[in-house]
Amino acid sequence: MIADRWSRTFSLGLIGVASFSSLLPIVLAVMNALKTTVEIGSNPLALPTQLHWENFSSAWRNAQLGPSLLHSAEVATLTILMVCITATPCAYVLARQKGKFWRFITFYFMGTITVPVQLYLYPLYFIFAKLGLVNSIPAVALIYTAMFSPFAIFLLRTYALAIPVALEEAAQVDGAKPWQTFWYVILPMMRPGLLTVAIIVGLNAWNEFVIAVTFLQNDSNVTAIVRFYNLTGQYSTDWGEMLAAAVTIVLPIVVIFVLLQRQFIDGMTSGAVKS
Amino acid sequence: MWLFALPALLINICIILVPAVLTFTAAFFMWDGVGTPAWAGLANFQNMAADPVFWSALTNNFIWTAIFLTVPVCLALVMAAALLMAPKARIVVQSIIFLPRIIAVAVTGRIFQGMIFSPVTGVVAWLNEHGFSISDPLADPDRSLYAVAAVDIWHWWGFLAVVFLSAMRQISVDQIEAARLDGAGFLALFRYVLIPGIRPTLILMLILTVIWSFQVFEFIFIVTRGGPAYGSEVLATFAYRHAFFEGDVGQAAAAACVMSLFGLCATAVYLWLQITDDAQST
Repeated sequence: MIADRWSRTFSLGLIGVASFSSLLPIVLAVMNALKTTVEIGSNPLALPTQLHWENFSSAWRNAQLGPSLLHSAEVATLTILMVCITATPCAYVLARQKGKFWRFITFYFMGTITVPVQLYLYPLYFIFAKLGLVNSIPAVALIYTAMFSPFAIFLLRTYALAIPVALEEAAQVDGAKPWQTFWYVILPMMRPGLLTVAIIVGLNAWNEFVIAVTFLQNDSNVTAIVRFYNLTGQYSTDWGEMLAAAVTIVLPIVVIFVLLQRQFIDGMTSGAVKS
Repeated sequence: MWLFALPALLINICIILVPAVLTFTAAFFMWDGVGTPAWAGLANFQNMAADPVFWSALTNNFIWTAIFLTVPVCLALVMAAALLMAPKARIVVQSIIFLPRIIAVAVTGRIFQGMIFSPVTGVVAWLNEHGFSISDPLADPDRSLYAVAAVDIWHWWGFLAVVFLSAMRQISVDQIEAARLDGAGFLALFRYVLIPGIRPTLILMLILTVIWSFQVFEFIFIVTRGGPAYGSEVLATFAYRHAFFEGDVGQAAAAACVMSLFGLCATAVYLWLQITDDAQST
């Protein structure tokens, strides 16, 4: 597009300011993760004079990041598996079946996307407490499955809609049962969609706060986010160590983001962009 | 065939629908979460109406909605238009402004507390040393809500810009070129081509903003816990506090119902707009 000079300058200026402000807090966090607390206090905006990598090792040790990162990985993996297993067949049915009943089910799932956690959190917590499911990692993954699968269903449904019905009919003519059609014909064609779903669901499970902080109260089985939250507060003093822990928790997500930007951005903006 | 939908539906009903119905019921009971609930009629709602903290929380939700309907949306619209004009920078800048969205809210909250707002270790401390006298906004009941909103805007607006950008890229290039040939400048292009071109996306995001603004919890709970002196309390932190710190689940349920009511209104407006749009286009 040919833009006039004024709007070009304006655009570039805006892009510069925007990128700077998006990166500033992240850069400050990384920079100060490598400084001592005294250094941070004297000038938080200065570059570190000496790289204090020991912040990372002491954060790892004192915050017991190892086990909690493992728990985060467990929750994320379990959630991804459960969402993919339950949402994929559901998406396929919703893409193929017409009629009032299925429209109602579709509306129901749409509704649960915008339902606030607060509307089901309290009874759910006390029911789980009664059933002895508080402090259980699989129980948290089950809640995440319910929370994130509507999104997965709608994303996968668009993939299912793009599969020509003729393919299934051909399989049926050859005598395939519905589950065989699903397994051998539909599933392989949904693979790109499943990758996107796995990434977004994994990210959400890794970062989730409300459910994790409510249902995991034992220091021995909290996720990394909850561990980090419990250890730090508004009046924390050892910011160097705290920021090192923050960087450690965020780093895996950022690495995956850099490698798979397309899936991240397409997956997270899907549903928002309407044509 | 319907068996295919069963597992997802069953999990969803057990985890979301049944407890949601129970919340609605619990709003009419006195219940501490453990003992036997006792019928309370409208007492929970009456207590809430008599509690000034509830009203300031509700007001804060309205302020939050007003902020998020304007500030991030305007920033994102202008940014999306700017990125549309700068195709070379687009891919890299898009990723940079998207980045805050993927960082955990708990981490973002702490980084802003320590590195931006802290009068000891943050940018605020640095400004104080360089002649600008600013106190910690998080410690001020009148400003804490806005400080937390600033953190959430940082986290949110870039994502919104990417959403608007992908919508703008679906507008036909011919239409934009034609406007240019007619001598439209940046502002005219923005006003008469780009905004109308992404109308459906824009409306959807505005409606979602209203729904989310009445649910806002994480940033406020993490950064200020609704404080100081309930200055940044919203309905969600009000409900959470009553359920888990004051053992009054009935009260929490009543607040959750009020929250959901606003979401429901926004959804109804959205459906109504969709229906009138359909009626116009046919």
